[in-house]
Amino acid sequence: MFRRLSHALVEKNLILMGVLTLITVSIGGLVQIIPLFAVETTIERVDGIRPYTPLELMGRDIYVREGCYTCHSQMIRPFRDELERYGHYSLAAESLYDHPFQWGSKRTGPDLARVGGRYSDDWHAAHLRSPREVVPESVMPPYAFLDRRLDYRDIADHLRGQRAVGVPYTDAMIANARADLEAQARPDEDPSGFQGRYARARQGAFDGNGRDITEMDAVVAYLQMLGTLVTFSDVTPDRVRQQ
Amino acid sequence: MPEGGHAARLAALSGTWRQESYVDGPIRAMAVATLFWGIVGFLAGVVIAAQLAFPLLNLDLEWTTFGRLRPVHTSAVIFAFGGNALLCTSLYVVQRTCRARLFGGEEMGWFLFAGYQFFIVMAALGYVLGVTQGKEYAEPEWYVDLWLTVVWVAYLVAFGGTIVKREEPHIYVANWFFLAFIITVAMLHIGNNIALPLTLGHAKSYGAASGVQDAMIQWWYGHNAVGFFLTAGFLGIMYYFIPKQAERPVYSYRLSIIHFWSLIFLYIWAGPHHLHYTALPDWAQTLGMVFSIMLWMPSWGGMINGLMTLSGAWDKLRTDPGLRFSVAAVGFYAMATFEGPVMSIKAVNALSHYTDWTIGHVHSGALGWNGFITFGALYWLVPRLWGKTELYSKKLAEWHFWIATLGIVLYITAMWVSGIMQGLMWRSYDELGFLQYSFVETVAAMHPYYVIRMLGGVLYLTGAILMAYNLWRTVRDVPEARPAILPLSAPAE
Repeated sequence: MFRRLSHALVEKNLILMGVLTLITVSIGGLVQIIPLFAVETTIERVDGIRPYTPLELMGRDIYVREGCYTCHSQMIRPFRDELERYGHYSLAAESLYDHPFQWGSKRTGPDLARVGGRYSDDWHAAHLRSPREVVPESVMPPYAFLDRRLDYRDIADHLRGQRAVGVPYTDAMIANARADLEAQARPDEDPSGFQGRYARARQGAFDGNGRDITEMDAVVAYLQMLGTLVTFSDVTPDRVRQQ
Repeated sequence: MPEGGHAARLAALSGTWRQESYVDGPIRAMAVATLFWGIVGFLAGVVIAAQLAFPLLNLDLEWTTFGRLRPVHTSAVIFAFGGNALLCTSLYVVQRTCRARLFGGEEMGWFLFAGYQFFIVMAALGYVLGVTQGKEYAEPEWYVDLWLTVVWVAYLVAFGGTIVKREEPHIYVANWFFLAFIITVAMLHIGNNIALPLTLGHAKSYGAASGVQDAMIQWWYGHNAVGFFLTAGFLGIMYYFIPKQAERPVYSYRLSIIHFWSLIFLYIWAGPHHLHYTALPDWAQTLGMVFSIMLWMPSWGGMINGLMTLSGAWDKLRTDPGLRFSVAAVGFYAMATFEGPVMSIKAVNALSHYTDWTIGHVHSGALGWNGFITFGALYWLVPRLWGKTELYSKKLAEWHFWIATLGIVLYITAMWVSGIMQGLMWRSYDELGFLQYSFVETVAAMHPYYVIRMLGGVLYLTGAILMAYNLWRTVRDVPEARPAILPLSAPAE
């Protein structure tokens, strides 16, 4: 039977075998990936999603750099216990501007998708510097080295890079990137008009002192905005329906 | 397959192919690199396992935190140990089964060896210094990705070119798997790493896709790094070395055909099972689950073909520790490829996802299947590559087998218990309807299992060090085989 179907043909021809293999392994990926770009309802229609502020973006890059995703997820599943522990289940819209996504695959530590606003800035800074002084049973590494000065000379390049892959940073956002970053880390002053460009962004001395802008400032600013953009009391079930 | 005349042709050709006809220098180097990176990768695993049990071991330095060392461990074992094992065996096998010298000769072999080691070192240095794309198993930044693409294309050219030059009419089954592995990994690597660097002078890049699409592409890649790097490629190893060690032909030619095409077709669909109950649309999750369950069949097809090849040669398990590794590897493969479909069922995944159960599952495949099939191949290959009569010590190889097996058992049972326990603790309620445990209580409960897991890793590492010593003594002290001409390696179907 197999001689009639002649698998021997494939076995004797490298090009034929290579091409058939490539076709065979392409199908699944095409079927699963292309509709996610084409079907509009993949991303829910909710209000409030905006690009990261320059300081939050730097914080996010540090979060990626340190491999925080190896122990923390940012994806709450629709279960009762996760609702009670972490909050509303995560929407695809909430990671719309995440290059790369940081949903994670392992919870050695808790989910962080809605950690924003749950603890004070001081708690975060103290916990990052020395986790076991705040949570004795924690197995998290200490990140005291984040108290060094943040290097943001190329912040405009970061925003431009984000815009090149589809994040809607405006010309004004890019032109003011540096000033906006500095404004967010210094409470009580906003010479650049930062608040007008980034809705619901919070200014603060995130690391507990207002002198230098540090990596700690950036990371805490990022953690404090996670999950805060969508106001779920305004969201109707129809708007979060995916297909 | 036309069997008549085959034996006669082999006999006629025997002795006309000297070992020098094949390119073996770079392959010997790849065998050494496999051992070296294996020990580095296992050691990195032990270190990060110890950090989870004793967080002081993060040493308060930015370069030694778990977050930066974890990709060093995963890349060292998958891409450095596994990758060198695949390069080594595939280039050895393709020359023998095609009776052709490596396309591109010595220079090509050495380029592949050096180019691949350079990729590994660049990637690992980046992780320690904090240069990463932040996507699991695809952490290297754009410039490292570009370099790997160059090396990989050269690998495809060398491998394919050798097949084109073959003197055997048929392409042997091990080569189908190696070829599918090389082609598919190229597709996945390019598809998952489309990124724009900030500037050409900047190490940092932002990926083209974001959020939900990025997640799907990442796990299309990530799951098939398992499916093609760690499965198809290693099945290629199984299809050559088990018949060689058992001195028996592959059990079923038809089964090879069926399970080859169904395996490579189905595997690609399984990625979404890493994203159950996430913001990925339900239709994609359901497809991922259904195909993952179907995948059980071709996986076990390969397992049956490997094990049944021992029909009539089971007695060799008592005398050949290399074969014992290979056969145990197929056993672990059977176990892991049964456990995988079970965990892909959404109801099970709701419990297992985000827990150590996943880590245990991966390690029963990685330590049991990938590690053991590589050890089995090395115990067979190293004496032959260096023209030695035999292994330095079978006794040591037996010790390696039992120490490593005990290590795996400790590892995966500890992870089963801690994973299922943590999953249950997260969803447990007290009689008043409140969550029973805070998150950190579940972390504290993990501690004893993390210690047991670390001990399992130490045993596995110890075994690998015994192997390195054994193979080194084999190369140094065992007398040369006489005559220096090895018998022709015939295709073993």
